[in-house]
Amino acid sequence: MSAQTATETAAAPAPAARKAPLLSVSGVTAYYGNIIALKGVDIEVNEGEIVTLIGANGAGKSTLMMTICGSPRARDGRIVYAGREITSLPTHEIMRLKIAQSPEGRRIFPRMTVYENLQMGAAIDGNAHFAEDLERMFTLFPRLKERIEQRGGTLSGGEQQMLAIARALMSRPRLLLLDEPSLGLAPLVVRQIFDAIRMLNRTEGLTVFLVEQNAFHALKLAHRGYVMVNGLVTMSGTGAELLARPEVRAAYLEGGR
Amino acid sequence: MMASDPAAETTAPPADARPSAVTGALKDAIVSGLLTALLLTPLVGFRASESGTGSLVLTYRFGLVAIFAGIVMVGRFLLMVTVWNPNRPPRRVSTTPGAMARIGALAAPAVKPVFFSFAILYPFLSILMAGGLSPSRYWVDLGIYVLTYVMLGWGLNIVVGLAGLLDLGYVAFYAVGAYTFALLSTSVPINDFFAGTLGDGFWTAWAFWICLPLSGILAAMWGVILGFPVLRLRGDYLAIVTLAFGEIIRLVLINWVSLTNGGAGISSIPPITFFGVPFDSSDTGFASIFGLEFNSMHRMIFLYFVILGLAALTAIVTIRLRKMPVGRAWEALREDEIACRSLGINTTLTKLTAFATGAMFGGFAGAFFAVRIRFVSPESFTFMESAVILAIVVLGGMGSQMGVAGAAILLIGGMELLRNLSFLKADFLFGPDFDPSLYRMLIFGFAMVAVMVWRPRGLVSSRMPTVFLKQRKAVSGSLVKEGHG
Repeated sequence: MSAQTATETAAAPAPAARKAPLLSVSGVTAYYGNIIALKGVDIEVNEGEIVTLIGANGAGKSTLMMTICGSPRARDGRIVYAGREITSLPTHEIMRLKIAQSPEGRRIFPRMTVYENLQMGAAIDGNAHFAEDLERMFTLFPRLKERIEQRGGTLSGGEQQMLAIARALMSRPRLLLLDEPSLGLAPLVVRQIFDAIRMLNRTEGLTVFLVEQNAFHALKLAHRGYVMVNGLVTMSGTGAELLARPEVRAAYLEGGR
Repeated sequence: MMASDPAAETTAPPADARPSAVTGALKDAIVSGLLTALLLTPLVGFRASESGTGSLVLTYRFGLVAIFAGIVMVGRFLLMVTVWNPNRPPRRVSTTPGAMARIGALAAPAVKPVFFSFAILYPFLSILMAGGLSPSRYWVDLGIYVLTYVMLGWGLNIVVGLAGLLDLGYVAFYAVGAYTFALLSTSVPINDFFAGTLGDGFWTAWAFWICLPLSGILAAMWGVILGFPVLRLRGDYLAIVTLAFGEIIRLVLINWVSLTNGGAGISSIPPITFFGVPFDSSDTGFASIFGLEFNSMHRMIFLYFVILGLAALTAIVTIRLRKMPVGRAWEALREDEIACRSLGINTTLTKLTAFATGAMFGGFAGAFFAVRIRFVSPESFTFMESAVILAIVVLGGMGSQMGVAGAAILLIGGMELLRNLSFLKADFLFGPDFDPSLYRMLIFGFAMVAVMVWRPRGLVSSRMPTVFLKQRKAVSGSLVKEGHG
């Protein structure tokens, strides 16, 4: 598996490659003012994969996710999505290319109802298959159906996270970017949410790029993982491989638990 | 017996605490009363007045001090026993709209029709009440004045209430609209051009109806011009920049004398016409065409209906827009800009449309202002105007149309009515020297403070969802952040 990815990476510039990755980030640097946050990051996400990025606080995980979305912009390097360079596209146009993001801290619209929140998610789509997608979200997260006319701000943390993911899914994305879906949630709710992600990946072939603090759960869920330290990717491999690595265990599992 | 003992013990402390609350309140009241007496002794207790010979005579008014101290003591005691009583059960935050809001919700289907039918009937009612056309002038004029602010409030509500962009310079767009109409309608070349092609009186007769949309468009354009540089700003920074923009427009109007005639303003703006038919006593005037006896009040009543129509247009457009994707995007933008961008919404464009739409209605209102007063000068477009319009929006509850209308009526109508409280000048109250209008701003300030204390999210704080599955359900404003409700 990892050998295959390696050959693909080598062949990436040639269009004759068997299957180019859906998202490839190569040599990306990003700054906040003068402070460097990403020091040349290379990451690939293949179609149909769940890829996770783990790392300590301040490693640059969320920055990478935001850089993929164009804010802050990458200063060097390229971000290619589905064969198209998106490095310098405006944020809202990137999001229209069937990439959806559930941002860190959920960021649902607190005064709008769950229904309206979901409708905002389908804003790009023009509500063409709104009713159908709404039903899909209700089967995925039955809790949202009970809360449909409640304001987003009155939901519990777990429900808000479900709403944030459902809202992102309303645009029928090919690639879902999830930033810390387990933030501040009880273990049981985290499991529910991770189960939903797994199901989406298996049944609908949704590609997921997951940024997580919760390394154990994330690596168990993901096909492949990357470890980020101080703005650089230091390790990569399959989820199981990374889970078995003593450095990972020491830094993110035993130490963090 | 055994079982009841602990229960008796648990109920005992409050029973003990109750008298202590009263004694505590008594102590507190005595201390407050003494402090008041101390404070007021030099302020009220001594009064130096001039005697007939020119020397100062000191009079003592300790009785008055005692009365004030007594009032404070009793008031403080009552408050400590009732509202501020530490033993009072804590107030619950209601998840559903409160009693007032529920009454409001029951009456809600009736409120809008009643409001609009009253608005339509208002001039006729005032004619009936005042007993004749001419005596009703004041009331119709007041109606026009209030409705102008209702419209301005609704216009600013789009920018502040819906899109959440704090705009302290809204009066700039009002000014752009007013000056657009004033300059175009008094322009000699345009008048000559139309005199040559469409007849002599054409421009005077039609200027308002042609310039009204132009004023809106130009104001919207200025909205975009202002919007572009400030799009990156939010909150306080945006407020400062828009404040500056309002002042810049006013200063340009004062100093660009060759165009705007500076501080002297532009006068002799042609009056409004009934779609080309002038309101005058001539044979082709409104009165003779409709077989009425000439009265200058016809024009006033027509003006009333014009502003009513413009205000209704503002309201209807806003309601429609709220249900459309762009309106929903405005509300989402107010809630969370980053989330909006992550959903593929072009926030730049969304902000610009909000600014432009709000500005357009400001421009309409400005053109109306110019045709009503028939004179414009920079004096009319000071920061105070922006502040009053913003106060209307905030008081009314941001985003609520009926709330904004109610606040406009309260603030503008109330302040205007205060001028007429002549009964306060009666000898037994304040005497003939008392001028209630001097206290208008004081009362205005108190009213604002009171509303912000008791209804921090505005008069109408619950928000109606624009889409719903089964039934429309308003949600209490207490559940959301202040300034978002």
